Amino acid sequence: MEEHNIIKVEGLCKSFGDLQVLNDITTEFKEKQVVSIIGPSGGGKSTFLRCLNLLETPTSGSIIFRDVDLCAKGVDINVHRQKIGMVFQHFNLFNNMNVMKNLTVAPMRIKGMEQDEAEAKAMTFLKRMGLEDKVTSYPSQLSGGQKQRIAIVRSLMMEPDVMLFDEPTSALDPEMIGEVLDVIKQLAVEGMTMIIVTHEMRFAREVSNRILFLDGGRIDEDRSAAEFFDDPHSPRLISFLQKVL
Amino acid sequence: MGFFEQIAVILQRYYPYFLDGVKNTLIIAAMSVVLGVVFGTLMAIMRMCRIKPLRWLAIAYIEFVRGTPLMVQLMFIFYGLPMVGIEFPDVSFIPNFSRFMAGIVAMSINSCAYVAEVIRSGIQSVDEGQMEAARSIGFKYGESMRLVILPQAVRNILPALGNEFVTVIKESSIVSVIGISDLMYGTNGVIALTYRSLPCLAIAAIMYFILTFISSRLIAKLEKRMKHGRA
Repeated sequence: MEEHNIIKVEGLCKSFGDLQVLNDITTEFKEKQVVSIIGPSGGGKSTFLRCLNLLETPTSGSIIFRDVDLCAKGVDINVHRQKIGMVFQHFNLFNNMNVMKNLTVAPMRIKGMEQDEAEAKAMTFLKRMGLEDKVTSYPSQLSGGQKQRIAIVRSLMMEPDVMLFDEPTSALDPEMIGEVLDVIKQLAVEGMTMIIVTHEMRFAREVSNRILFLDGGRIDEDRSAAEFFDDPHSPRLISFLQKVL
Repeated sequence: MGFFEQIAVILQRYYPYFLDGVKNTLIIAAMSVVLGVVFGTLMAIMRMCRIKPLRWLAIAYIEFVRGTPLMVQLMFIFYGLPMVGIEFPDVSFIPNFSRFMAGIVAMSINSCAYVAEVIRSGIQSVDEGQMEAARSIGFKYGESMRLVILPQAVRNILPALGNEFVTVIKESSIVSVIGISDLMYGTNGVIALTYRSLPCLAIAAIMYFILTFISSRLIAKLEKRMKHGRA
């Protein structure tokens, strides 16, 4: 299978006021690759991820998603966001909708999918996750792990080309982390392109093809998963790994 | 004659004055809140919109109205506007229509500013992540507002609007100074007839209290019902 670039990032800079969070980042993400982003807090990981679907507007540089520069004038970002799934640290399920509505509202409203079809599709996903008895529950009635798995399904319902995960397990109780990571691993097996910001080192090593070390707004190391941990070059990565491992 | 006897006698003899006042007070309060909500919503939208001059205009309005006494605003509308040639029309079949209009307009202008803040804070109290999730899945800003943010904001806004209604009932007593026959005006009328100010004021206080107490109970009930809906 030929490897296409799905997202290309060129010269990405992002500042909040005087604070420069991302400093001239250039990289690319290939189809069916799983890339993890690791680094100290405040290093710009989340900001980088949020720039990819323009939740944060880059100060300069470009995000090229399937040959379209998302930062260019006249681009309808809403159309492209449908193809870029995003999973948040705090789940962000729609609190005013039950699980079924959370899953079907976007496919029905945005893609014009029929209700029967959308609900059947949602049911298939829910059954695979063992969450079919939660169809009528509201987010407040679910555990963190359940919420996050539903949030992943909500993104999958749109059949995205790539999924972005912003610290998907950081807000979870320890005993629920496993169930969420298992879902992400399963997606990796199925060939979903994913970019994952995470603090779970073992998981990153297991699931990723490639790992980026983001520190001080720059990519300090960009290696295959095994090399990243076994043969780190950057002194900052070495000291970071010593602290966390 | 004891105090409570006096109250009983005054009520028995002059109750139409009080009841008529209650009716007018309720009409003014209801009209003011309804108009306040309609224009307050527009004002809140302006307050949050991206076009800076509109936003500044809304902020200036809200701050100014909330920072000046209702009494001054009322005088401004009732005495000031006619001086520059703006008069409220008289309608033959509704007595005192122009006075009523001035009262309602002043109260609405005032209420509008408070309602705008209630709505804005209601919307802004919805977690930012909700908007981010909606936008990231591909909904436009307007759709995200309508489908996700507003339904959640309403739960915060409705009870606060109820409180605004209670406040307006009380504040509306001020319109009696421009001769609108509300509860306070009726009370003053009865005082003038009987020279018994204390019992009359006691009656007025009780009637205002009944109005606000019933309103706030109803609001509390509504609040409870919405909470049971879901968190």
